[in-house]
Amino acid sequence: MVIYNAHRRMQLYGAMLLLPAAVLLATFAYLPTVATLINSLFLPGFRGEPAEFVGLENYQLLIEDTTFWRVARNNLIYALGTIPTSIAIALGMALFVNARLPGRGFVRMAYFTPTILPMIAAANIWMFFYAPQIGLFNKLLGALGLSGVNWLGDPSVALTSVIVMTVWKEAGFFMIFYLAALQSIPPELKEASDLEGTSRWSFFWRVTFPLLMPTTLFVLINALINAVRVVDHLFILTKGGPNNATNLLLYYVYENAFSFFDRTYAATITVVILLVLAVVATVKFAILDRRTHYQ
Amino acid sequence: MTNNNHQRIRLEAVSKRWDDTTAVDAISFDVTPGQFVILLGPSGCGKSTTLRMIAGLEQASEGRIAIGERDVTFLPPGDRGLSMVFQSYALFPHLNVADNIVFGLRSRKVPKAERRERLARVAQLVDLEAYLDRKPAQLSGGQRQRVALARSIISEHPICLMDEPLSNLDARLRGEMRREIKSLQARLGMTVIYVTHDQVEAMSMGDRVILMQNGRIVQDGSPAELYNRPASAFAASFIGSPAMNLVQLSANDGAAVIDGDSEVAVAPAAAAGGQLGIRPEDIEVLSGDASGVPAEVIDEEYLGADTILQLGVGSQRLRARLPGKQPMPPGTRCRLAWAPSAAHLFDADGLRRDDLTALAFSVTTGRKAGEGGAAASSSSMVGNTHP
Repeated sequence: MVIYNAHRRMQLYGAMLLLPAAVLLATFAYLPTVATLINSLFLPGFRGEPAEFVGLENYQLLIEDTTFWRVARNNLIYALGTIPTSIAIALGMALFVNARLPGRGFVRMAYFTPTILPMIAAANIWMFFYAPQIGLFNKLLGALGLSGVNWLGDPSVALTSVIVMTVWKEAGFFMIFYLAALQSIPPELKEASDLEGTSRWSFFWRVTFPLLMPTTLFVLINALINAVRVVDHLFILTKGGPNNATNLLLYYVYENAFSFFDRTYAATITVVILLVLAVVATVKFAILDRRTHYQ
Repeated sequence: MTNNNHQRIRLEAVSKRWDDTTAVDAISFDVTPGQFVILLGPSGCGKSTTLRMIAGLEQASEGRIAIGERDVTFLPPGDRGLSMVFQSYALFPHLNVADNIVFGLRSRKVPKAERRERLARVAQLVDLEAYLDRKPAQLSGGQRQRVALARSIISEHPICLMDEPLSNLDARLRGEMRREIKSLQARLGMTVIYVTHDQVEAMSMGDRVILMQNGRIVQDGSPAELYNRPASAFAASFIGSPAMNLVQLSANDGAAVIDGDSEVAVAPAAAAGGQLGIRPEDIEVLSGDASGVPAEVIDEEYLGADTILQLGVGSQRLRARLPGKQPMPPGTRCRLAWAPSAAHLFDADGLRRDDLTALAFSVTTGRKAGEGGAAASSSSMVGNTHP
């Protein structure tokens, strides 16, 4: 009986230690998720009327909403445009600044600078690059005798412009993770393979890249989440325009909730985003984790 | 085998400098094929840097390195035709044992069938057949060591460099691997250059030991030469366990005595100011009324097979190694004796003096230097201890 009590005490003790984290997580993550899920099953009540339960009607609406599909497609293109490019550039930069080169501290800092800027500030800087008449890019094109491009106003170019800015912002951040991982690879591995006459290229693909896999996986998941989560720059650059050409899912949620005041429809889109993200992350872990070596 | 001169390694006045520090200072030596050469020295003496220059992992600042007829001073490591075992083993953590072993063969584009055949042979040689599918993290230290060895054997390069390969193992395993490496080397006829700071490894494995200090070679000879005729006080103190006793000599009455003692002349007057070296196993401890250097027991350390006595003579301290358990409590007065041939004289700079011989003083038995370490210590007086 005494032993049983002691055991219970230990369990209680453990539960108490977990409590602060559990309360925070529940309040700010699980409760809102459940509330959102419930919200998505209602129509908003206007003029003080109670919200009306409509079941899956919001989801039906969503499937028929051409703007939603357009935005979803934009987001897919945005993800495909930013994730591989920023990861490749981050890895390239990390390999470059990991080598012995003069002033590498300065180069590392330069690569990392975009990351410490808030997205809003970065977007403001890029406004000056993209501005139609006075912008840096068009000035440069003009100097070469080429006619300028309406970087953010032309529906066929605008999304690419947003993608380029995002890559610029993200690559430096991911570089830091790669740099840390590269520095944890013992130099003897390179020496051992040098003694066997292994080429640099071969060493990279047979040793460095596999050893960086945990980092790549981490960065990949982060990049995916960021592709959906970070839309601050849209507020400055395009506001989702022209004609929804640069509208992304989260920005569309914001529009629905705070411009059109359709909270329940916004909740519906949010639930769909959550589901898609969860599925993609699960698949990524399931496939890549097996092939990843953790130290 | 007609001529294996392609294995000969020759270093000519090789130096390595970083900014204002000199790690290796114009050292030269020749390694003949099939030799097991030890680079021995305390940490920071330049032995690892020397090895890395031979490997091509460091570029020599000056001098020439040749392997066989080829000048390899500026060749990349992969073209030098040698393999290396690292202190940390440098195994690829994401590859299993088999892939680790054949890593170099894949780099050299050896056909798959031959790779498999060589792997099977080498795995059997180092007793790793059961572990080929494991990752390095799932192996014990000794097994990892074997993988590193296998990786260097499978390359079939005639020269193998080893950089403190046993220092990450526990004492028991180290002894086992010492014998294993030595027998593999003999069986495969490899030329091995082996870096260590452990004199036991040097003595037990080496055909030849190159002792280094401050980037220079102090002594280059067989283990027996290093033990019996240390070229300097440093060499004397580095070889042997416990190390050789080094006591200060001062002049007294036309002869040299152990500093602080005025009774017994141990060396000619010219040796005063220098040092006298005697191995602990060469010291005879006699009863207090015998003739010899007067001493007092300070401390005893019983090791099972033998006992190490800490002795005070004048202002100096000596250690003596006696067989078995010795009933010699601290404070016991006794006399010490040794054969003149067991005494080594060093000048004030620590260099060996062969122009002088230590004086003889009534010693009954004693082992002569040069007979090897087998006759550890003579046991004339034991037992009659009286204060």
